[in-house]
Amino acid sequence: MDSPDSIVLTILLFWPLVAALLVILLGSSDSLIKKGSIWASLLPLGLSVYLLFAYDSDTGGMQFEQVAKWIPQLNAGYHLGVDGLSVPLIFLTALLSTLSLYYSAGVINERVKEYFFLMHLLEFSMIGVFLALDYVLFYVFWEISLVPMYFLIGIWGGENRGYAATKFFIYTLVGSVAMLLAILGVYFATGTFDIVEAAAAQPFAGNLTLASLAFWGFFLGFAFKVPSFPFHTWLPDAHTEAPTAGSVILAGVLLKLGAYGMLRIMLPSFPEASVYWATWIVGLGAIAIVYGAFVCVAQTDLKRLIAYSSVSHMGYVMLGIGAAAAVMTPEALAGAVNRFGLSPQAIQDSAAMALNGAALQMFNHGIITGALFFLVGIIYERAHSRDLSRFGGLATKTPHFYGLMLTAAFASLGLPGLAGFWAELFTFRGAFAIMPYWAAFGTIGIVITAVYILYRIIQNVFLGEYDPSKLSHWTTVQGEHADGPTDMVGFEKVTMWPLIAAMFLIGIYPTPLVKYFNQSARELLAFVQNLV
Amino acid sequence: MGDLGYIAPEIILLIGGLFIFCLDLAYDPGVGKKSGLSYMALSALFLTAALVAVVFQLDISDPEAGPKIAYSMMTIDNFGSFIKVTIFAGMILTTIAGGRYMNRRSGNQGEFWTFFLMVSLAMSIAVSANNLVLVYLAIEFLSITSYMLAGFLRENRRSNEAGLKYFLYGSIASAVMLYGISLLYGATGSLYIHDIAAEFSLLMGESTEVSGLAFAALPAMLLILAGLGFKASLAPFYQWAPDTYDGSPTPVATYLSTASKAAAFAVLARFFIVAMASFEVNWVPVLAAFSIITMTMGNLAALRQNSVKRMIAYSSVAQAGYILMGLVAVTSSSPSAMDGLNGVLLYLFAYLFTNVGAFLVVMALEETVDSTHISAYRGLIKRAPWLAVMFTIFLLSLTGIPLTGGFFGKFYVFGAAIQRQYFWLAGIGMINAGIAAFYYLRVVREMFFTSEGEGETLDVPMALQTSLLICTLATLWIGVYPSAVLDWVSNASVQLLSVVP
Repeated sequence: MDSPDSIVLTILLFWPLVAALLVILLGSSDSLIKKGSIWASLLPLGLSVYLLFAYDSDTGGMQFEQVAKWIPQLNAGYHLGVDGLSVPLIFLTALLSTLSLYYSAGVINERVKEYFFLMHLLEFSMIGVFLALDYVLFYVFWEISLVPMYFLIGIWGGENRGYAATKFFIYTLVGSVAMLLAILGVYFATGTFDIVEAAAAQPFAGNLTLASLAFWGFFLGFAFKVPSFPFHTWLPDAHTEAPTAGSVILAGVLLKLGAYGMLRIMLPSFPEASVYWATWIVGLGAIAIVYGAFVCVAQTDLKRLIAYSSVSHMGYVMLGIGAAAAVMTPEALAGAVNRFGLSPQAIQDSAAMALNGAALQMFNHGIITGALFFLVGIIYERAHSRDLSRFGGLATKTPHFYGLMLTAAFASLGLPGLAGFWAELFTFRGAFAIMPYWAAFGTIGIVITAVYILYRIIQNVFLGEYDPSKLSHWTTVQGEHADGPTDMVGFEKVTMWPLIAAMFLIGIYPTPLVKYFNQSARELLAFVQNLV
Repeated sequence: MGDLGYIAPEIILLIGGLFIFCLDLAYDPGVGKKSGLSYMALSALFLTAALVAVVFQLDISDPEAGPKIAYSMMTIDNFGSFIKVTIFAGMILTTIAGGRYMNRRSGNQGEFWTFFLMVSLAMSIAVSANNLVLVYLAIEFLSITSYMLAGFLRENRRSNEAGLKYFLYGSIASAVMLYGISLLYGATGSLYIHDIAAEFSLLMGESTEVSGLAFAALPAMLLILAGLGFKASLAPFYQWAPDTYDGSPTPVATYLSTASKAAAFAVLARFFIVAMASFEVNWVPVLAAFSIITMTMGNLAALRQNSVKRMIAYSSVAQAGYILMGLVAVTSSSPSAMDGLNGVLLYLFAYLFTNVGAFLVVMALEETVDSTHISAYRGLIKRAPWLAVMFTIFLLSLTGIPLTGGFFGKFYVFGAAIQRQYFWLAGIGMINAGIAAFYYLRVVREMFFTSEGEGETLDVPMALQTSLLICTLATLWIGVYPSAVLDWVSNASVQLLSVVP
């Protein structure tokens, strides 16, 4: 099973933990901690880039697998591996972690040691979730990702941070425990905690009641994280109160864990239940798109607006996943063929396209919303306010900031040529062939998205005349008094440009990225078709 | 040595207790000059000797071998030995940490540590007893010594209240239990757990219909459950617990909520799984109901506490509910890796280190700022960073977050419930985990989310720190690599289940 370079994943996984411990043990001065942390985070970033190149997407499947004993009494092992779905997401995690550390080095000056310790710990747990192929291991990383984020929000957050942190923790904990029960159910049905083996054994096949129970157990766990409407209420609070880097990681990676879990666990393990409940997933996704967008329009707080836009955008992911789930099994496929009069191949292609769209949206949302949260942080450091009514006419005062915000906002809106467009196109193109009405309903969200992006963000903040009376307490990013808004400084530009570049790259030439996702999407569909 | 060797741990504790008692009488350096720390050290020494003796009794070479019987009244098996290791470990940690605390508050150190060893002796006998009269005597012995320890601070009204309350509830519970035992004797003609089990299985035959004198078993079972449930602080017999834990000297509260509870669960397990094996269909729903009420009541009450000591007291009531969930899901017929009994043992083991640790943190704050109120924990990260970190680890373990022992405890009892398809029970446990997280996090919030108190440092005694560190390491060890403990646990439960008729 072990390939010669399987140790790569173990190093990738444990290096952030080593870095966290080094911060605690050797961190004698703040500047040493900051510099050391940034350098340390380059190793996982480098390894994730190596994986992008070394992963053979023509062969597909799980690669770089590593298996070792952990709890033999339970048949639970240390099993790591990556496939076309996880490789780009690991890259995303490492990239956003490094950028967050770099940006934080510029703005965090309080309790520095704890902060950088927690950031490394967070990276460790997130990479762990993407690598783990054993349920116990998966759950362990899943849960411990809560702890550092809880402290990041609670210690470095805004006014209402205690409330937001607790809400975040308890909501996700309840979801996780539901998932734990489902994991135990799968274990007793299959006798193994190995995610791949358990899926191949098809737990509860033929027993729709039990399969649905397990399905909903997992769904609760993942839906709280995504967060799917109506489980999203912790998100605006957590995002608004979190420090900038916390919001970036939360939106950029933690939300993806939920969608990743659906693709990795729910669809392959419970195909029948997935087909049965697919309309629900699609429906919740489509409602989230429209509802999230409408709520955005009503926001007065810039950060809260971006937070709600995450609810809306993660709805695309749910829509894509649900649409593909609806035609997974041979019977469901045959049913779809009868209903729409398309060839089975066309339906399958649409399903794969929907899955590709969902996966692309996960990646792109990480890049775009990560960038937007950084930008909100950048303006907040100067204005110490996020109230939309106090901004206006910043375009002339801060042109660099304006340009980057414009790019990120248009990418979020789905402008062709930027990253967001492809994900939306794929998702809707795939979903239309399978669930036309819900997909049509979801498109309302696209229109509303244009409203809040263009009107609330671009027009409100940047266009028009600059009025100094609206907001009098401007500072520079270092906290010194300033007469008005000042433009971005060096370290902020360095943080932003990689993300902006990624938006253009993916927007112009998405093929390399789609190749990874397509491989795993096809595999997933073929796996289920052959099994049932 | 023979039988005498089997009860070596008990003999060591007895000698130790008497030795300290006599030493205290004989050696009198004058008023106000006695240092209790030497008695504390002696007590720790004898407890360690007893622990070593138990470890030698653990027979993991042949898990299929049957248990040994000492003087016909005590069963020496891996199950009992495992619980004794747990209990003694907790008592040692409490002793080391509590020496200075008690020495400052009371002049009668000889008596205190005598009773402390006697309590350990009583628990040790209760865990091994296979005769119901010996069970009763051991529980009575445990109770009476505990009443005295709970009320040990004579000048302190709250301590008096703690002792008195414990005594009033406890004496009634004992009487009720004794009545239950007499009913069982009437029905089966024996007081030996194995004989009772055999007699009932004969009476019941293959049917689940209650016949003959077997009907007496059901009221007897409830009465004995009331007596033992009192010790284990199960709802609805838990009302004494918060007041007693809160008012008692903290070392006493520590063992009452951990070691004493472990002993009670051991007796419960032995009684229900072996003696009442024929009535499993009857006691499973009863225990399930107790489990649900216990965890829910404990958690809801803990939500509103402002004293951290009292909050942990309520939380340990709730934790008993989770442990009981494991007992509900025992599968005596075909034990698997994730059996309910394994869950009970693993949970108890992990819970012991976690809860002892939590109480020791409370003790550290009492020692330094003389307060148990939640406001005393504000900004603890600045005043005593390691203390705050360790407390967080204990609280996360009580919540059931991975990489701590508490997670695998919950994992096992939930697993056992799912295996028996008690989905509703697991579901209620899940909701309770969410409620519990709320009040545990409240303390974390106070400790970390503010930078108040920067500059001051708390001077926590060295011995207390050592105990705390051991608790932390044990909690993390069980959470990261539970394999070794799981082997002991399954050896222990296999031997208990092997004698079920």
